[in-house]
Amino acid sequence: MSGFMEVVISLLIIIGAIFTLLGSLSLLKLPDFFMRLHGPTKASTLGTGAILVASALYFSLTKGEISVHEILITVFLFITAPVSAYMLAKAALHLKLKQQAQTQGQTLSQQEGEG
Amino acid sequence: MLNIALVLGFILVSGACFLSLVRLLIGPDLPDRILALDTLYVNSIALLILFGITEGSTLYFESALLIAVMGFVGTLALSKYLLRGDIME
Repeated sequence: MSGFMEVVISLLIIIGAIFTLLGSLSLLKLPDFFMRLHGPTKASTLGTGAILVASALYFSLTKGEISVHEILITVFLFITAPVSAYMLAKAALHLKLKQQAQTQGQTLSQQEGEG
Repeated sequence: MLNIALVLGFILVSGACFLSLVRLLIGPDLPDRILALDTLYVNSIALLILFGITEGSTLYFESALLIAVMGFVGTLALSKYLLRGDIME
């Protein structure tokens, strides 16, 4: 493995780990559920995707054949994250969780209650 | 270079796991806890992949894929339960 590719893989791992940490930090710090939903669905998915791409590069270069497993996991993760976020948001609207004043779409909760 | 990056990645992703665990424990409502569990699944996939790079083994991808599938199904079933009070109608 050449030195340049090692630098690329290391950078991908570190960037992915930082994004994963930021996603979990926003899950802990933000004030209400609808804000908390943003961090894990976008930042954590992107961070894990970067780590998976780094792993695909590493095993493709060391084994000498293209490694497809990680691409499969990445595609699956990127497809399923929005679906589960949508279902969680729908459940939270149904339960009428407390919202901060600056959270947008305050009327959606009432519509969900009627329907 | 790669070794240092792997150690840093382990530390940062483990910190992410810890933060999600705190939200899972203190989360005031049920959707908070389900979201924290979902984040924990994603973080554990990242940890498994990093461990696979460290060991130089491709054995861990199957378990990572299984965690991804089962985590998605679990999150979907739990939010469906919150929505309807029933998973399959």
